[in-house]
Amino acid sequence: MSKTLFECKQLSHRYGKTLALDTVELSLQSGQVTALLGPNGAGKTTLIHLMLGLFPIQQGELSLFGTRPGQLTRQRIGAMLQISGVQDNLTVIELIDLFGSFYPQRADTDQLIDEAGLDGLEQRQFQRLSGGQQQRLLYALAVVGQPDLLILDEPTTGLDPSARRKLWRAIEQRRQHGGSVLLCTHYMDEAEQLADQIVVLDQGRVRIQGTADDVRAQVPNQQIRCRSSQSIDPIESMETVLQVQQHDGMIEILATRAEPVVRHLFAQDPDLTALEVQRTTLESAFLALTEADSNRSNPLDQEAA
Amino acid sequence: MNTLTSPGWQFLKCQWLNLVRQPAYTLPTLLFPVIFYAFFGLLMIPGLSLWLLCTYSTFGIMGAALFSFGVSIAVERGQGWLLLLRASPAPIAGLVIGKAAAAMLFALVIVVSISVLAGWFGGVRLETSQWAGLVMVQMIGTIPFCLLGLSLGLLLSPNAAPAVINIIYLPLAFLSGLWVPATQFPPFLQSLATWLPPYHLAELALNITGAKTSDWMVSVLILVIYTIIFAALTALGWKRLDGSRS
Repeated sequence: MSKTLFECKQLSHRYGKTLALDTVELSLQSGQVTALLGPNGAGKTTLIHLMLGLFPIQQGELSLFGTRPGQLTRQRIGAMLQISGVQDNLTVIELIDLFGSFYPQRADTDQLIDEAGLDGLEQRQFQRLSGGQQQRLLYALAVVGQPDLLILDEPTTGLDPSARRKLWRAIEQRRQHGGSVLLCTHYMDEAEQLADQIVVLDQGRVRIQGTADDVRAQVPNQQIRCRSSQSIDPIESMETVLQVQQHDGMIEILATRAEPVVRHLFAQDPDLTALEVQRTTLESAFLALTEADSNRSNPLDQEAA
Repeated sequence: MNTLTSPGWQFLKCQWLNLVRQPAYTLPTLLFPVIFYAFFGLLMIPGLSLWLLCTYSTFGIMGAALFSFGVSIAVERGQGWLLLLRASPAPIAGLVIGKAAAAMLFALVIVVSISVLAGWFGGVRLETSQWAGLVMVQMIGTIPFCLLGLSLGLLLSPNAAPAVINIIYLPLAFLSGLWVPATQFPPFLQSLATWLPPYHLAELALNITGAKTSDWMVSVLILVIYTIIFAALTALGWKRLDGSRS
């Protein structure tokens, strides 16, 4: 049964005159992978730093494992931060032993090396590891204390596709064993692949918290493509159609609902070919949610209005 | 948890390994004061071998403390190492004690090296208790300079700290009479020297070896006051980390 690991109410944080977090309301459940999405400067790292107790809480409430962040809560958290480095002439095993000494219960070293894919690199200094290996070591340092909550801030940035997949597998294994993960990422495929729930943060505010389908549902557009010589004028006048383009014999349609458009297309041209219908991707929904704020065409705002 | 798996031991081990694996830092820190003493204390001003043993060992431990703390903390801030440690349950006191212990170990090596030169080639003869007293004074004397380095490493930007520490280190050593006895200075510089912490650490060393007789309690008091000031600056620097993004 899942429990609330983290909760914040009316949480705000400022750097001087800049408002980084604005009355954030958020809760995370145990045993889930939560993806924290947002453009640069959205407040993601500030939220993570507050969870880790690195900043004092200026306004609002924040509780982690039912208490305020501090030394005790840090014993139950593992963190892989966006900007983090180590003393780069220490070896993999020396760093694992150092970080393992901080926690009351440390993971078995051999299992950890295996989980992080660092076999054979135990005696290699950090500075002599490749970028992917360094990221995997930072992951190992984050999980060495067998944390109840693992915080990963852009863990796969700079990794090649193979290294990304390996880290994904490690995160999936952690979830299968009941671990809780807060994953901050700019990669939508990563969020879609790994996350049970998604939080979109923009300009210091939570735009939405829900599943990937919930996020996509905020921008319920579908893209229809086909090869046909029919006129696009009747299509443009359809109620569910937002945009139509025709070039090189291909028709591209953006619609709120695909079904009536597809029926119309077949009625007009039963011989059409290369038909594709795509639902809104998480990325396009994310962009619509976050970019809308600057041009005030946000579907959420429209709904609220 | 046994001693070898305790965070304190792990910090000390890692700090020491980190230092010995940086010969570009370690060798100059250890060798410069020894070479300077060989040149100035033995070859150029031979009559002052004992005096300069005390002042050059102060110069050496000051460098070890300022650089192993100030520069390394600044660099580690820039790397994100300090942030990663603060995000973990690492006892930060362990980090500081590990660095202080490493600086004291450097101080021991420097003082013993200069003492060996002074004994073999400079004809310096001291009672065993005086040799031991000199080593102890210099090792304990690293504390205010460790705190000065730590406060500079925390208060200055990671890029500025190494340059500023270099700018402070050499003039402070010279103006404190560590290279040339302050008695050779013009009166206003002599007066200035008596307000500087390295001057008073050297005074303690000079007193314990019998090279000079002065009111050592005043030197202890002034060093304690500086230690409190540098500790307060360190606390301020640490508090600023809580409010900054780095």
